[in-house]
Amino acid sequence: MTHALELSAVRKEYPPPTAVTALDGIDLVVDAGETVAIVGASGAGKSTLLSILGTLERPTSGSVRIAGTDTSALSDPQLSEVRATRLGFVFQQFFLLEHLTVLDNVATGLLYRGVPGRVRRQRAAEVLCEVGLEGRIRHRAGQLSGGERQRVAIARAIVGRPAVLLADEPTGNLDSATGAGIAELLSSRAGDGTTVVLITHNADVAASMRRQVHLRDGRIVADSRGQHAVAAPSS
Amino acid sequence: MPSRLRLPDAIGVATGGLRARRIRAALSALGIAIAVAAVVAVLGIADSAKADLLTQLGEQGNLLTVASAESINGRTVNLPDTAEPMIARIPPVQTVTAVGSVDNVTVRRSRAIPAEQSGGMNVLAAQGSLLPTMSAHLLLGRYLDAAAEHYPVTVLGYEAAKILGIGSLDTPTQILLGDHYFTVTGVLAPVTVAPEVDVAALISFGQAQQVFGRAAGPSRIYLRADPDQVADVAAVLTATTVPDGKDDVQVRRPSDLLVARIAAKGAFVGLFLGLGGIALLIAGVGIANIMVISVLERRGEIGLRRALGARRRHVAAQFLLESTLLAAAGGVLGIGLGVLATAVAARLGGNPVSVPPTALAAGLGAALLVGALAGLYPAGRAARLSPVEALRSL
Repeated sequence: MTHALELSAVRKEYPPPTAVTALDGIDLVVDAGETVAIVGASGAGKSTLLSILGTLERPTSGSVRIAGTDTSALSDPQLSEVRATRLGFVFQQFFLLEHLTVLDNVATGLLYRGVPGRVRRQRAAEVLCEVGLEGRIRHRAGQLSGGERQRVAIARAIVGRPAVLLADEPTGNLDSATGAGIAELLSSRAGDGTTVVLITHNADVAASMRRQVHLRDGRIVADSRGQHAVAAPSS
Repeated sequence: MPSRLRLPDAIGVATGGLRARRIRAALSALGIAIAVAAVVAVLGIADSAKADLLTQLGEQGNLLTVASAESINGRTVNLPDTAEPMIARIPPVQTVTAVGSVDNVTVRRSRAIPAEQSGGMNVLAAQGSLLPTMSAHLLLGRYLDAAAEHYPVTVLGYEAAKILGIGSLDTPTQILLGDHYFTVTGVLAPVTVAPEVDVAALISFGQAQQVFGRAAGPSRIYLRADPDQVADVAAVLTATTVPDGKDDVQVRRPSDLLVARIAAKGAFVGLFLGLGGIALLIAGVGIANIMVISVLERRGEIGLRRALGARRRHVAAQFLLESTLLAAAGGVLGIGLGVLATAVAARLGGNPVSVPPTALAAGLGAALLVGALAGLYPAGRAARLSPVEALRSL
């Protein structure tokens, strides 16, 4: 069976002066339609893991497979293609383009697929309806609240119907009620087969995902799915 | 399907980036605009002035002069009386006119002006054929006619009228030639190929002899020859003027003066173009500077675009296009300003407006080249940025 994501013995070491081992032998399998929260203290390696899952950086060793494709053998343009066609990203800082309207911000999610502008905007309008922002289509990003901005960022990430949605602290800049709404919106994407992997410090947000993976010092110390459950080191 | 960015989308992304920073973009484009305007205006103004000179050259290229090369005690030795009719008999010669310098006669407005303040003006005896031969025309009044042989009347050259302050002949106007008052009947327009006429008071040969005792014979002869045989005519003028070869004469082609002036204008064009090029270089450095700042400020956007699937070359193309479009906008504005400056300068100088198409193409081409070169380093820097570094920069 082909998994949505498959990491095998992944290590990530940063050279001096940092000289840090961010990930130390990660084995992780995520199936299509799963929702996974990666939790852990600061410095545990969560963001590095998400960057490697998202092909934004390469592991020092080990293999990363996305829908069965080994990404370690891919060139930089091919990795761009993987990101454009199979992955969606949501960031804590939203990264909206302030000079564009909400509609155009969302349409940017299809920009590097070569989709014509008219089609991009049409799909963006549909997705904005899905996230409840149909009334904000013509607004500028700067006119939105934090929760609305994150919904726009999620709409941009899902407008291309990616197989995997990766979210880095998506509720980190939001109040708890708004954050809960965002978490619910993300987990609801699993309904149509999208795999959702998010990083969070928030226990409630983590609990809203079906599976929780705990990292410590670059290693998986607990996995609620069971198959990767590892006893936490006694030290 | 590979990650790709359509050209219209690339242009849209680049213009969007510029629109997001309007004031900065406008100021940078203004630098290019001023430099391009300078280049276009220099070429345009020079071309307008040259067009006028070339027109004159076409009109005056077949004009020749013959003058005595000898003088005794500061007085010009006149050419033989027979010179003018002999020259007129040379077949390719179309028209001939003679003038005679009236030496040591001052030109003044009145006796209140000291004789030594004659303003560099002189008195010339002239014929009726002067106007057609020199393609000259009158600004005011009328030229010397048959009656002028017997009456003290004069026609002033353009500069002489200006020096004497005569701008209208609505009321009878007299000036003092030597100790004799002459009535001004006309004022000539500038005669580019014969500046000596511009500063002269023209009187008839009859009056020159009767009033000032001028000896017979012209001091200079002007002639127009068939344009295809100017050199041939010039070759026989000396022998025709002084068949016995006893006196020395000078044969000249006044249009050589125009050729020299055209060449002089070309020399200044090179200098000013060099200055325009330096201005363009400085404007390019300005664009490169703001593009580098832009890359630093927009690391988050670069990281986002890489996460959305942009290749390195897409990011490079975005910044390269931004700088090129910025320079192109400046170039178009500069061309407009340059053409406007040319039109104003040509109008003030009384020249036809002429902007060579190569100046427009060179202005825009230089702007595009400078913009592209200025964008190379920032674009490369943006493309080399690691997506993770870019996203973690905030």
